[in-house]
Amino acid sequence: MEKVRSHLMLCAGTGCVASGTAKVKAALDQELAKKGLTEEIKIVLTGCNGYCAEGPVMAVYPEEIFYQKVTVEEVPTLVEEHFLKGRPYQKLMFREPEKKAAIPGMKDIPFFKHQVLRVLRNKGLIDPEKIEEYIARDGYQAAAKALTEMTPDEIIKTVKDSGLRGRGGAGFSTGLKWEFASKVPSEIKFMLCNGDEGDPGAFMDRSVMEADPHSVIEGMIIGARAIGAHHGYIYVRAEYPLAVKRLRMAIDQATEAGLLGTNILGSGFDFELDIYLGAGAFVCGEETALMRSIEGKRGMPRPRPPFPAVKGLWDKPSVLNNVETLAQIAPIILNGSQWYRSLGTEKSAGTKVFALTGAVNNVGLVEVPMGIPLRTIIYDIGGGIRKGKKFKSVQLGGPSGGCIPEHLLDIPVTYEDIVATGAIVGSGGMVVMDDGTCMVGTAKFFLEFTADESCGKCTPCRVGTKILLDMLTDISEGKGREGDIATLEDLSRDIITTSLCGLGQTAPNPVLSTLRYFKHEYESHIHQKWCRAGVCRNLTTFWIDEKLCKACGACLRACPSKAVVGEKKVPHKIIQELCVHCRTCYDTCKFNSIRILPAAFEGDPNEFLAKTAVGEKEEK
Amino acid sequence: MPKLTIADLQKIKEKYKADFTLREGGYTVKIIVHMGTCGIAAGARNIMTAVMEEIAKVNRNDIIVTTSGCAGLCAKEPLATIELANQPPVRYCDLTDEKVREIFREHVLGGKPVEKYALVTGCETTY
Repeated sequence: MEKVRSHLMLCAGTGCVASGTAKVKAALDQELAKKGLTEEIKIVLTGCNGYCAEGPVMAVYPEEIFYQKVTVEEVPTLVEEHFLKGRPYQKLMFREPEKKAAIPGMKDIPFFKHQVLRVLRNKGLIDPEKIEEYIARDGYQAAAKALTEMTPDEIIKTVKDSGLRGRGGAGFSTGLKWEFASKVPSEIKFMLCNGDEGDPGAFMDRSVMEADPHSVIEGMIIGARAIGAHHGYIYVRAEYPLAVKRLRMAIDQATEAGLLGTNILGSGFDFELDIYLGAGAFVCGEETALMRSIEGKRGMPRPRPPFPAVKGLWDKPSVLNNVETLAQIAPIILNGSQWYRSLGTEKSAGTKVFALTGAVNNVGLVEVPMGIPLRTIIYDIGGGIRKGKKFKSVQLGGPSGGCIPEHLLDIPVTYEDIVATGAIVGSGGMVVMDDGTCMVGTAKFFLEFTADESCGKCTPCRVGTKILLDMLTDISEGKGREGDIATLEDLSRDIITTSLCGLGQTAPNPVLSTLRYFKHEYESHIHQKWCRAGVCRNLTTFWIDEKLCKACGACLRACPSKAVVGEKKVPHKIIQELCVHCRTCYDTCKFNSIRILPAAFEGDPNEFLAKTAVGEKEEK
Repeated sequence: MPKLTIADLQKIKEKYKADFTLREGGYTVKIIVHMGTCGIAAGARNIMTAVMEEIAKVNRNDIIVTTSGCAGLCAKEPLATIELANQPPVRYCDLTDEKVREIFREHVLGGKPVEKYALVTGCETTY
């Protein structure tokens, strides 16, 4: 029997694979066979669906029913109920956190409803390992158009007019970059793709490479034609095994089909594409370092100019575009620059993919029109803060970015507006933090990363980031001194102005932006030896407010060092000598009865808290 | 795979159209076979098989088949509902292999509901 009546789009992105896609697939195969449905119901393994928090996820077509957290145990019932008897299985459907009713349709789920898919146009809809499925969704039509109907100048003009800006972080006009390289005369040029995604918490590029590798390849073919390159590399980190595998497969299929290699689609244009595996150094995301790495040398940046458009890989004119930027190209060529501009703002056109992580309910990959307020992303798509906690800050742009506080959440997400806050759009990592986060600790986390990843070539970055880190460590351990804040600010500015490459030039941003919006936290760390979030162990005293304690015993059972004493109906107490300041009791208490006081606190806690509460209000 | 030409891209797209009609919508006929316990007991499985065979024969991309649960009229199973775009759905009862093939030819392909086998038209909203 040829006719297939239903497709089960089972997510096989890295997130869902880790949650058990393979076992679920095996169980589905077995159950479908048992019910005699193998012929008429097809399982398609897709790339990342985006809703990683609830994996493994599966969308069922044509009904468009969305299932989440599919387990092997549930598969027999699911197959019997839905696929045999046609009754969608409520138990595995999405439910809104507050409401209990199950939402069957993918389009009705807030996480999906607010998104507009351009880069992720094929996510969850195609099998990334089959070139035919990509072609069926208009794949390689744009390459055909660019190679046979357009001149290189027309391609460049279309991309320039679309307003597309580099999605890797700096936001430089993609069309301009292509124009510069196209104007440099050279027999040999290189078209390169940057898949060296390195920001902590960012996984947009990995998902695109896994879910839709051909969209990157097609963008590269078009770019190569525009600048006149016949060789290309995709630089991807070896820590992305699934992305590497799917890219390899895609390149092989495209080469076999004559979409790469000589005389592509009979147009007379040649383009060969290879993969270069990076070892995962953060600095290799910087363009000159990346090119050195491909040359087989140690990945270190060099001063610009000359820019890569003039002297890049092996000193030949080269263009390096980010994965997401390249995935935007095909639809722009097919639909035109005005279509692309129909979303976004004047200066920030189109859509941007964000990796939404941290303390939000719906962790995952989201694509939104630029200009949308941050609040919509965090509260409507992200479903708000987990466990009903309070929002504190959202970190954008990874180690080069900054933290945005609550009162700025209504600003639109554009390159300029985000930079004005002290953060950057960056590659699209968006880490949401709740009120249990220490901002000194956050800055320290990112400096640990950059100090470790600094390549060491220039002194401001190599030594400067280390000094910043040491100072932040001192402050978080209670060894902060008068004048530290001014020193942090001065040193940060020096590192920014004197570092060689983007890594050093942006590394102090997490320090500066937390100082800008959360200076009071630094001050209370330094002067009062008090980490109000209860994260820095040396700067806390945990105290139970007896008036609020319901003597439920929850913290008493949870305490790992048996520092909490008390019994039923007797308010509990913490024996300070035994306390290891781990904050477990604070996180466990349902009645908000545990308070965080400065280190080695003496005196009346009630009086102290009343006094500082007034102080906080005045500060605002 | 041999080297592709631009015309081949279009051919591949056509070939996979049925798959993507399923995933993206855009079908014009929906056939629902009621497969509750009563339906299955009365032979709905054979009805489903017959429908699938007929579709495969005509090679149409815009027809989709789904199942649904008991329609509440267990005595008249097997039941099937046929929805043509912009027309009220028609529900057929007491189906057999031959009947459903006839309905497929007359109603799905010909556009004329087969009144002698029909139970109701414009029934309650189907899911």
